Amino acid sequence: MQARPNLTGWLMVSPLAFVLAVFLLMPIILIAVVSFWTATEFSIVPAFSWENYDFLFGSSVTYRVFLNTFKYAAIVWALTFLIGFTVAYYLAFHIRTQTWQIAMFLLCTIPFWTSNIIRMISWIPFLGRNGIANSALLSWGVIDEPVEWLLFSDFAVILAFVHLYTLFMVVPIFNTMMRIDKSLIEAARDAGATGPQILWNVILPLTKPGIMIGTIFVVTLVMGDFITVRFMSGSQSANVGRLISNDIALLQYPSASATAIVLLATVLIVIGILLRFVDIRKEL
Amino acid sequence: MEPRPRSFYILTAFFALFLLFLYGPTITIGILSFQGEGGGLTFPMRGVSTYWFRDLFEQQAVGDIWGSFSRSIVLGLMVMVSTIVVSVMGGLAFRKRFWGSGILFYLIITALVIPSILISLGVGLMFSQADLTVHWATSGFGAQLTWTLPFGLLIMFAVFNRFDKSYEEAARDLGASPWQTLRHVVLPIIAPSLIGVALFGFTLSYDEFARTLLTAGSYNTLPLEIYGMTTNVTSPVLYALGTLTTGFSLAIIGVFLTIALLGNRRRARAASDAGKGVL
Repeated sequence: MQARPNLTGWLMVSPLAFVLAVFLLMPIILIAVVSFWTATEFSIVPAFSWENYDFLFGSSVTYRVFLNTFKYAAIVWALTFLIGFTVAYYLAFHIRTQTWQIAMFLLCTIPFWTSNIIRMISWIPFLGRNGIANSALLSWGVIDEPVEWLLFSDFAVILAFVHLYTLFMVVPIFNTMMRIDKSLIEAARDAGATGPQILWNVILPLTKPGIMIGTIFVVTLVMGDFITVRFMSGSQSANVGRLISNDIALLQYPSASATAIVLLATVLIVIGILLRFVDIRKEL
Repeated sequence: MEPRPRSFYILTAFFALFLLFLYGPTITIGILSFQGEGGGLTFPMRGVSTYWFRDLFEQQAVGDIWGSFSRSIVLGLMVMVSTIVVSVMGGLAFRKRFWGSGILFYLIITALVIPSILISLGVGLMFSQADLTVHWATSGFGAQLTWTLPFGLLIMFAVFNRFDKSYEEAARDLGASPWQTLRHVVLPIIAPSLIGVALFGFTLSYDEFARTLLTAGSYNTLPLEIYGMTTNVTSPVLYALGTLTTGFSLAIIGVFLTIALLGNRRRARAASDAGKGVL
C-alpha cells in the first residue's frame, strides 16, 4: 500500500473523479461543441459555424448586458465586502469569549439555510408600492407619494444580492481573522500604532486571503445569476445569466451555449486574476 | 477586563442592524402568512387566521407541492449520503499527493465557481443528445453533486489539515490495520465535522434551484415548484409556503445540532478530555 500511493489515491477519488468528469467536464465540452451548431425552430443541428459568436459579438445588446453584469458584480462586491469585513472584524476582535463568537456567528448563518427564492419573495412586503418602506417614509413626511423604484429596479436587485451573498464574505474573512495571532496586534499597539493604523497595516494585509476567497464566491455567484435579476428587476434588467436563460426558454441551445462559453471564459479570467493574490490550498 | 472602546458600541449597533437586515424580511412574511382571509401581500393585516395555510393544504390547483416536497427530501438524502461518503474518501486521498491530484483540485474549484446555469444547460444537453430522459434522481442528482461535493471536500480538507497524525501513528504502533485505524480512530475524531458536511449536503440540495432547472425532468422538486408559484400566485399562500419551508429548514438545523450535541456529550462521558472543544 505504501509503495503504490498513486493507486490507492486514485481508488479513493474515483467516485469524485467520475462525478466531476460526467457532470462537469463533459457538459462543458458539450456546451463548447454545441456553441458552434445551428438551430432551426424545433431542433438543433450539428454543424460548424461561427454564426452564434458572430451574432453575439455583433450585437450591441451583448455589450450592454455584459457591462450591466460587471456593474452588478462590482457594486455587490463593494457592499458585501464592506459589510462582511465589518461584521467579521466585530466578531473576531470585539467579542471576547469563543462561545459568544460562535453563537453570534451561527446567528448570521441561519438565514442562509432558507430557500433563496423565499428570501427574495420576503422583500415584496418591504419594497412594494404599499410596502413597509413606502408607508414609513410617507408617515415620516420624507416623501409625498409612494416611491416606485424600490421594487423591480436595479436597487432591488442589488439589495437582494447583498442580502443573499454577504454571508459568503463573512465566513472566509472571519475564518482568516480568527487565525491572526493576537500578539501581533499587541505588538503594533506597543509600538505606538493607532487603531486605524493597526486596521490598515496589520489586520487588512493578514486578512487578504479570506477577502480573496469571499470575493471569488460573490463575484462568480453574481455573474452567473439569472433568477435574482429576473425576479427583483421584474424582468426589466438583464445580465448574462438572463441572456442564457432566455435563449434556453426559446430552445435556442446553440446561441445559449455560445453565450455560456463567453460567460465561462470571463468568469475564469476573473478567478485567474484573483488567484494570483492567494494560494487557496494553503488557506484551508 | 479593560473597558470597552467606543468603537465597540458603534460596531454592536452595526451588527444588530445587519441581523435585522438578515432576519427582518423573513420574519415579516412569517407574520403576513397569518393574514386574514381578505388580506393581501402587504400590511395592514386584515385579521389573524390560518386561512392561507389551510389553503395550501387543501387547494391543489397551483401544482403538486407535497409531491415535490417528498421528492426534494428523498433527493436531499441521496445527495447528503453521497456527499459524505465521497468527501471523506476524497479528503483521505488528498492527504497524500498522487498523480493528477493538482488537476483534480482545480476541477473541484471549477465546479465551485462555474455558474450554475452552465451545469443545468450542459447536463440537459448531454442527456438529450444521448437520448436519455432527464429525471431528478439521475441528471438532477448528478448536477447537484457538482455543487455539494466541492463544499464537502473543502470542509474535509480543512479538517484533515488540522488533524493530529500522532493518533494514527499510535494506532499503527499498537498493531491496528489501516482499516481499523480508519474505523476506530480517524472516523470518530472527524465525526462532528461530518455532521457539518451532512447539513451542507442536504440543505444545498434541498434549496438548489438553478442546477435542477433543466435537469429535473417532468417532476418538479420543491424549489422549482416554489419558483412556478412566484410567477402565477399572488396571494399570501406564497408566504404560507415560505413560512412552512423556513420552519422546516430550521427544524433540520435543530436536528443536526441536537445530534452533534448528543454526540459530544457521549464522548464527554466516555473520555476525560473529549467534548471540551467547542462544537
